[in-house]
Amino acid sequence: MSSVAFVRPFLGDVEIGAQLPSLEVDVTATLVVLGALASRDWRPMHHDHAFAVERQGVRDIFLNTPTQAAWFERFVTDWSGPFGRLGRMTFRMREPVFAGDRMTMRGEVQAVTVDDTGCGWVELALTMSVGDQLCTTCTARVALPRDEHDNPWQRRADRWQP
Amino acid sequence: MSNPDQDDLPAAVVALIGKGQYEEASEFPVERGYVWTSCASVGNGNPLYWSDEIADEVTGGFVAPPTTISLWLKPHFWSPGFTGERLALPAHHDLKEMFGLPEAIITENSVVFHELVRPGDVISSRQVLRSVSAVKTTRLGTGRFWTIDVEYENQRGECCAVESYTAFAYHRGSE
Repeated sequence: MSSVAFVRPFLGDVEIGAQLPSLEVDVTATLVVLGALASRDWRPMHHDHAFAVERQGVRDIFLNTPTQAAWFERFVTDWSGPFGRLGRMTFRMREPVFAGDRMTMRGEVQAVTVDDTGCGWVELALTMSVGDQLCTTCTARVALPRDEHDNPWQRRADRWQP
Repeated sequence: MSNPDQDDLPAAVVALIGKGQYEEASEFPVERGYVWTSCASVGNGNPLYWSDEIADEVTGGFVAPPTTISLWLKPHFWSPGFTGERLALPAHHDLKEMFGLPEAIITENSVVFHELVRPGDVISSRQVLRSVSAVKTTRLGTGRFWTIDVEYENQRGECCAVESYTAFAYHRGSE
């Protein structure tokens, strides 16, 4: 047994309609730029305020796509713990999340299933909002262990069907 | 033609639909430094990425977070022998050029994760244009939507992920 503490929900612990703990983040210019550079995205709308405003016609630099993906992954695995394995994620960006925004992430369990291989899945509906403005919607499919002997990370090839 | 959205497309664009382009390998192998930078950028404290003990127990050794998959194929901003800006997702920038649409945003991103990615892996990818819309007008301007898949595999030819980007490229306002 590991000496590092972590959460480890099992599939049977999860109920449809359950809410994930919300997450609030002050999106600073530093976070926007750090996310862009961490994802090796050199495009100026993610680090150059003047370019974003004058060329792109938006009000500030904004989170890039891979950084939004990384925020959703962090949000999901904060809840699932390390045994949760992300299988699929789809998100639609309706409005940018700008430097200076206070971002709120929320999530709800939409479905709990077991596939033909015996893998347990949770379908999540996730959102990224600023105030009353819904910025990004996301659906995520994450595998959770069914019991203490199950580990989704050990699944390979035909036994992993995300 | 069965797809009405394709009726006004140049033949050169139609020819690209479904065709693999820009098959390339990462310029450097998967490594922990970028994993930690990525986790730090979003405050991701998942012990899988910070504790060798947990990684050994859960994933049989260190793995990269699934959503880092695209970063391994992003070109350096500059490297010897190249001039000008090196762009990621070149199939997207080709379409902007072909249609003369100077601005673009990514509107939707979908990714399916398969085999685990570990330090030392060399990831390769190819880009496949899936669809291009007819001309549309949104509040950003007038242009087209298109969808490009990026397929990632490791050095053993195992599929690690398939990512799908939908973009809107446009002329601003009354331009």
